[in-house]
Amino acid sequence: MNPIRKKRLTLIGLMVAGIAVATWLALNAFDENLMFFFSPTEVAEGKAPTAHPFRIGGLVEVDSVKRKPDGLTTAFSLTDNAKAVTVEYTGILPDLFREGQGIVAMGQLNESGIFIASEVLAKHDENYMPPEVAASLKTAHDDGVKNMQSRVQ
Amino acid sequence: MIIRFFHQMGSPRYFYNVAGKMIPWFMAGFLITLVLGLYNGLFVAPPDYQQGESYRIVYIHVPAAWMSMFIYVVMAVSGLISLVWRIKMTEIIVISSATVGASFTFLALATGSLWGKPMWGTWWVWDARLTSELLLLFLYLGIIALHSAIEDKRVAARAVSILALVGVVNIPIIHYSVEWWNTLHQPATITKFDKPSMDMSMLIPLLTMAISFKLYYGAVVLMRARAEIVERERNSRWVQELVEKEAK
Repeated sequence: MNPIRKKRLTLIGLMVAGIAVATWLALNAFDENLMFFFSPTEVAEGKAPTAHPFRIGGLVEVDSVKRKPDGLTTAFSLTDNAKAVTVEYTGILPDLFREGQGIVAMGQLNESGIFIASEVLAKHDENYMPPEVAASLKTAHDDGVKNMQSRVQ
Repeated sequence: MIIRFFHQMGSPRYFYNVAGKMIPWFMAGFLITLVLGLYNGLFVAPPDYQQGESYRIVYIHVPAAWMSMFIYVVMAVSGLISLVWRIKMTEIIVISSATVGASFTFLALATGSLWGKPMWGTWWVWDARLTSELLLLFLYLGIIALHSAIEDKRVAARAVSILALVGVVNIPIIHYSVEWWNTLHQPATITKFDKPSMDMSMLIPLLTMAISFKLYYGAVVLMRARAEIVERERNSRWVQELVEKEAK
């Protein structure tokens, strides 16, 4: 390679490396602000802001969804399998909202530690499968659990 | 053999002729895979266990998003070669790719938004994945604008190559955004090193669509590059001979 080309290549390499480092530093400085939501554990540890609204993300705990008599308000408990936070929301829930589903809620904690949501978004996972496969996976899982239990007894 | 081929492809005249012969093949491949991919994706593949029929937008959204990043990497690599070796053909590839790349990025954003409304419950959120993909669209638009703002084609190509290389840091950010930060967007379904989290019956049409979009890009970039060659070389003898032949 002739010296001029070599010099150009080095210059470009330095430029791209410099920009990469600068971007990395900037993103590191923003760190928390780039997080789209807080987990229930972070909320329990007091890492989430109390003075202004924030987002909380987790799984809707199974058997925790309760509809209030007004027909629009839903209360459920949101968990990351370590800590749980009770969430209340008035309005229409997205299609994918169900028990065991990951969701992200926007809102604020009230005095009694209940998260009053103004918006609930469903978080989809990366799994795609036909209903029959999902059903057979579930049966296999249930069978496995039954086997385990029978072995314990 | 291969090295000689690349050397010859560096000559605009040779490129013009070879590209002209390749375009029909790319086009035919694109149309065949498009029909196959869409038919299998929209009619044959089973519905999703959670999303029902709505997930089918994945057959446009995911290949378009892949293309938006792939084309950008092609532009950055061509840009690097143009800057270091000053090869005319790679300069032409950089700018010929920009509009196709911008269209795919727009398509990925638009289809994602259409899917987001029923599934997530919102058209748009400012999470890391969506924001970095939007930034990619602006990079493409910036490249197109910069190119048309500079009269001299070779100076314009150099400026555009630098911008393309500056923006390339955004590509790993888009890819890893779903792992580095909490995002509303789900993590990758298909990765190179892992078993894909998608059933085979759904995966095959998706990969067919990905090939289809790649072939489409191939055809379009060759067409645009040919047009650009003729414009740049309009004063050369072979282009004038070509024009005379076409006129007859």
